[in-house]
Parts: sequence; C-alpha cells; structure tokens
Amino acid sequence: MSRLGPVFQRLRDESRRAVIPYLVAGDPNEGLTVPLMHSLVEAGADVIEVGVPFSDPMSEGPTIQKGHERALAGGTSLNSTLALIAEFRQTDTETPLILMGYANPLERKGYAAVADACAEAGVDGLITVDLPPEEVAVMNAELQRHSIDNIFLISPTTTEDRVITITEQASGFIYYVALKGVTGAGHLDTEAVEAHLAIIRQYTDLPVAVGFGIKDAQTAARVAVCADAVVVGSALVDEIAADFSEHQNDARAIAIGASLISSIRQGVNLATSN
Amino acid sequence: MTIDINPELYAQVPDAHGRFGVYGGKFVAETLMAALSELEDLYNELKDDPAFLREFDLDLAHYVGRPSPLYEAARWSDMIGGARIFLKREDLNHTGAHKINNTIGQGLLAKYMGKKRVIAETGAGQHGVASATVAARLGLECHVFMGEEDVRRQALNVYRMKLLGAEVIPVSSGSKTLKDAMNEALRDWVTNVDDTFYIIGTVAGPHPYPMLVRDFQSVIGREARSQSLAMTGKLPDALVACVGGGSNAIGLFHPFLGDNDVAMYGVEAGGKGVETGEHAAVLSAGTPGVLHGNRTYLMQDDNGQIIEAHSISAGLDYPGVGPEHSWLKDIGRVNYVSATDTEALAAFHRVTRVEGIMPALETAHALAYAEKLAAEMTPDQHMIINLSGRGDKDILTVAEIDGIDLGAL
Repeated sequence: MSRLGPVFQRLRDESRRAVIPYLVAGDPNEGLTVPLMHSLVEAGADVIEVGVPFSDPMSEGPTIQKGHERALAGGTSLNSTLALIAEFRQTDTETPLILMGYANPLERKGYAAVADACAEAGVDGLITVDLPPEEVAVMNAELQRHSIDNIFLISPTTTEDRVITITEQASGFIYYVALKGVTGAGHLDTEAVEAHLAIIRQYTDLPVAVGFGIKDAQTAARVAVCADAVVVGSALVDEIAADFSEHQNDARAIAIGASLISSIRQGVNLATSN
Repeated sequence: MTIDINPELYAQVPDAHGRFGVYGGKFVAETLMAALSELEDLYNELKDDPAFLREFDLDLAHYVGRPSPLYEAARWSDMIGGARIFLKREDLNHTGAHKINNTIGQGLLAKYMGKKRVIAETGAGQHGVASATVAARLGLECHVFMGEEDVRRQALNVYRMKLLGAEVIPVSSGSKTLKDAMNEALRDWVTNVDDTFYIIGTVAGPHPYPMLVRDFQSVIGREARSQSLAMTGKLPDALVACVGGGSNAIGLFHPFLGDNDVAMYGVEAGGKGVETGEHAAVLSAGTPGVLHGNRTYLMQDDNGQIIEAHSISAGLDYPGVGPEHSWLKDIGRVNYVSATDTEALAAFHRVTRVEGIMPALETAHALAYAEKLAAEMTPDQHMIINLSGRGDKDILTVAEIDGIDLGAL
C-alpha cells in the first residue's frame, strides 16, 4: 500500500510543500546509500526518489549519467537497489520511496516479479522514464495488485489531450518535467512552469511535483510557490560525488548532501509560509 | 526452403501502436511523444501522396543515381561452384552506401516540417556522411554524434562530414560506439525538439522510425525483384544481407516477404565468435528487451544492463536490432546467422581480388555467409546479396589488421 497518498494529504493539511531528493542507488558506493537516505529524511526530505542504475540512461545529463556509471562499476543493479530499500525500511517505515529508472531492467526481471519485489521491499511508487502511457499498461496492472503508484511524467511539450489521458491513469502524484532537456540542464522558466501547472490542475487533484533544473534553495523556493513538491537530483548527486571523490569519506559526503537538502527545505518553507 | 505464411501478414505491420508482434512501440521520454506523433501524422499523410513520392523518386534517380545495378558476380560464383550470385550494387549510390536512400527521404520530411537543424547518430560514418550530404543540399545545420572509438576507426568519414559542413560530436560515454552516439542524439533531440529533426539511420528507434526507414529503403528490394525477373526470368532462391540495425537487410527483404519460396538470410557480426561473448549477433544470441525507444532483441546481462557489442566493423557494432527483424526471427520468416571478423575479412579480400569490387566490412559479413550458402546450392538456383556499401572507408582498418604500414609502401 503506497505511503504517498497519506503523506501528501498531511502536507496539504499543513500547507507545506514536499522536498524530494533524488539519488542513484549505489552511487558512489553501496555502503553510503542507506545512511544517506536516513540523513536526507532528517534534513527535511518528505519522499526519496531512488535511481536504479542503468547502462544507457537516455534522459540524464552528464552529472547523473556519471552517477549511474559509478553505481554500475560497484555492481549495483535493480535487485541490489531493492535490497537497499529493504534495509532502509528496517528503521524507517514512514517515508515514501520511489524507484526512478528505465524500462529494460524491469522488462528483464518481468513486470509481475518487479511488482512483487517492490511490494516486499517497501517501494511506494515507480517512475519509468521510457514507459509513457502508451507502453505502461502491462506494468501498471501489476503495480495495482499491490497498490503501488505509477508516477507519470508530464513535460512542456505534452499536449492538453495527453494531459487528460495521463491524469486519468495517474496516481500518487504527477511529475512535471520543468524543461525540455535532460536532467541537470539549463535554467528554469518559473512563469512557464506556473502556466503548465495551471493546465494540469484543471484535470487532476493529485499533487504535482516539479523536477529538472532545481539546483538550490533559490530555484526550489521559486518553484515551491506553485508546485506541491520540488525534486532535487543533479545538484545533490554532484555535490556528494565531488566531495566523496576528494575525501573518500562516506560520513563527510553524506553530511554535504544532507546540508544541501536542509537548505532547500528552509528555502521552500520560507517561500511558502505566510 | 519453403515456408507457409500468409503473405498479407507483412502489410499489416507495424500496427497503429508501431508494433511488430510484441516488438517495436514508442518507449521514449514524455517530452518526445509530441514530436513522434507529429512525425507519424505527417508521414501517414505523405507516404501515399503522389507529389511527395515523385520528389523522392526524382531525388533517388538524379541525385543518388538509382536504380543501382544488379550485377552477376560470375567469376566468384564459378570459384565457389554452386548457385549463381548476383550483387545488388548499393555501393554505387552517391556517398557509397544504401544509407542515402533513407536520408533523402527523412531530409524531405524535415523540409516539409520546416525544421532548420538535423541531427544524426553514426557508427561507421556512412549514415553520418549521408545525413551531412542531404543537410548540405537542403541548407540545414547538421550535427552528427559519433562514438569516440568510431571517430578513431573511421577518420576518413569524419573528415568527409566536416568537409560537408557538419559538426561531428565525439561521444565519450559508455562503450564510446554507436549505442552511445544514439543515447547522445536522443539527449540532444529532447533538448532541441522544437527546431530539430532527428534522422535515425536504421530501422530502430521509436515508432514511426522503423516503419519509415523500412519504406524508404524498400526501393532496394523493389528494384532487385524486377531486375531478377528481367535477368533470370524468376525470383531469386535466396537473399543475403548483413544486419547491424538492419536497414539494408529490411530494404532488400521487405518486397519479397510475401514470396514464401524466397529464402532470406540476415548475417550478423559474429565478432571473435559467438561462443566468446565478444560479438554483435543480437538475434542469434540475445534476448528481448527495451532500448532506444523500441522493444527488440538486445545483448544484455541478467540485470537488464546492455552489454557492449564487438565487431571489426563499426557499422555492425550495435547491441540492438530493428524490431521488425525481431518479429521476422520469431515467426521464422528470416534466418539469422552470423559471420566472424576473420571470415568477413577473408571475404573482403576474396571479392576485392576476384570481382574488383571492394566491399565495406559490414557487407563483407554477408559475403562470407553467402559463400557457404552458395556452395550448398545448385547452378540452376540464384541468390542476391545486398552489396550495401563500398569499402574505401575501411582501408585503414584492413591495413592495420593485416599489419601493413601504409607509409612504407
């Protein structure tokens, strides 16, 4: 049973926005991942997106591509990612966790087996970049057996007709991709984001998270004014990787990551408290 | 070999979802879905439009130089002592390979859509050159993504593209070959989707690409069919073509699919031997999965990570294959076989010396398998091999393998 619904309901009741950090499982090493996840929760993360390492991450910019490469070099794949999630769940049964990745590792395992394994490990939702509504039906049926959410992406190029199709099938929340491009790209046009979110909200009451292009407390704060959640990926992956590469120290790198999420949490709170 | 399949089956694929059986589809990020729909709508409108088809045919005739000859390789056939062998001379096309048939077609689509910029991925560089050529002619900006390893292997084609005004972007991620060039092209497209047309070079990628590339390349098989009838009074007993992504093979095969008496052989790159794991024989040794926008056979590990392909030829060095080939394998219409690096190299030398035709290393894989096949056939039978490209681009590779120092000649 997905934890996303109750958590977003509570945030909505408290007029708060969710902060959603993204990390790649096993990046820069497997031992760091679970302690990092706990620290991110302490720093103010409401939901965590866990990237499943893939050899060909087609929608990622250079920063997250390197994260996938580091994780693969350490041998992390879908099964080990699920094991890390199960480990996290031993001490945190509250924080919703989302798997974000690409179709092929799921296809290889088989969608029924994926759904069963996700339920057992404690996954609440999946975002699969290359499974648009046209291709996701088979997996979605399996996820629904366990009430796991399939999170759909909507982008600046999504037509209004498609927004309708997508919102009809969506659960958990909607992930709005704030810019045309890969993760970590460009600069964010918050006015355009606001306009697109208004269209999405005509068709759904689901929370809308915004990701791609949120780098720091400032950009997060600007987006939080119109979004229900902000997703921070490349900036977090980059800061942790840079620090770890210099000092080879898990605890230090985790603290750096937690401090970024903490500052984003404060920026978001400040922008939305009135 | 005679098989029994309803000929009408082949006109029914892909379906409205872009599927060939369970293969194909549109497995891409949401940002690209609108662009794919736009392309699909435009293509469905134009594919039967007489004005569009006339423009395409005229370009093929006067710019590419079609029809390409069907040439009987009599001396080589006699040496082997079996079936008569005919070569479909795609190497004589402008730019030296079959790739131009497709880039002419997609270039026209880009023009109809009013796009000012085209991008392409390339392995051996033939598709990059063909894209740069069309871009030069249409006055479009052209960016070609090419793996760093392939840039090194195919320096001549890199320089050709630059002379044509294209920018060649070396790709240093992953295995630094064709698959990574395609990842990078998709990343560029998702970023610049408003003004950019992505010219995919093979029958892979998301729908509608496998369909439209097939349609543009099918001119090869249509010509070969009527040439065979004119020259021998009958259809060929066998067709042979190399398969990387599979565009030259589908181009030759497609117009014959309904002719159940015509046997077909797609020859994949066996690299150092399929048993060594270092190869690109995706259909012979791979498993179904999802990559680059479609479901198809892939080289992958148990975790669904894509495995690097290995081949002497940069153009076959791809861990996937067009989805229609996956379907044709499963229904048993086409036989997918392989030839190793060594066998291909031997065939390259033999056909060069015996026929005075220097084939591309990709093509040499088809020639290597055809030698074995022809020997098992009889002189009253004949086969057509798609001579998909010329070998000039591979001279440096061949010299390196043979230990020849060009400076010391």
